Amino acid sequence: MREKFVVGLAAAAGLLLAFDLYRILLVLPDEAMQGAIYRIMFFHIPAALTGFTGYFVALILSVLYLSSGNLKYDSLAASVTEVALVFSCVNIVTGSIWARVIWGIWWTWDYRLTSTLISILIYAGYLMLRRAIDEPTQRARLSAALSIFGCVDVVIIWKSIEWFRTQHPGPVLSIRTGGGNIDPAMEHMIYYNLLAILMLATALVLVRTRQEDISREIDSLRRTANAAERNIA
Amino acid sequence: MDPHTLALMYARNFMFMFYGFSAAWLIVAVYVISLARRGARLKKELDDVRRLTDSADSPL
Repeated sequence: MREKFVVGLAAAAGLLLAFDLYRILLVLPDEAMQGAIYRIMFFHIPAALTGFTGYFVALILSVLYLSSGNLKYDSLAASVTEVALVFSCVNIVTGSIWARVIWGIWWTWDYRLTSTLISILIYAGYLMLRRAIDEPTQRARLSAALSIFGCVDVVIIWKSIEWFRTQHPGPVLSIRTGGGNIDPAMEHMIYYNLLAILMLATALVLVRTRQEDISREIDSLRRTANAAERNIA
Repeated sequence: MDPHTLALMYARNFMFMFYGFSAAWLIVAVYVISLARRGARLKKELDDVRRLTDSADSPL
């Protein structure tokens, strides 16, 4: 049942992405100032929002783990963080390619770019920390603490374009500006693609969570086998 | 701007857009492949551990 749901969700996301790609490439016109390159924004912005959503969900799951001690929340938080990190990487790479054309540089130590890079390093550290600790409860507690700490940087990323006016463009979406900074047809396309990418990310999280469950089952079987061995000895 | 320079700029713009789209899909594809490989490895590991515990439980 679960596998069928995951396959269905991934297929629906794939179809929506294909439809979005058709509209992005063949229906929407070039942007007046940027030409064709602005189309990268239809992946850059939804990937960033997917990453933010994932980190925020991981924060909630981490708090739930710390308050309940249920390891299910911990494995869900790890799955969500890993997938969110993938989309943060998509965000930073596509942004860099766009910047090469529009700014003439691949990278600059602007507040938004730097805080995004820091968040990627924090969450990559989160995943490395999980590999380094074998004891499940200790691993879950430290991971939850790091996830909560990492979310502070996500808030800084979100607000940085309002707090500091540097290289990165200011807010364009009407949910932040009240409208007028972007053509409505282009903004709608961003939301359609966000929906498709969120569906794909959810399917990936479900697959990853299943793998975390299998890992826990393997650990538990190993522990049982070791205990039985010690009893025999 | 003369039409030749404009055409070159347009081509460069289009090429970088293609790089951007390719990079986005490549990152997702690499992750999906790594996820599939990890899933296969975990399934094999689970089968091995199960076989091991079953053989330990069964009487000689």
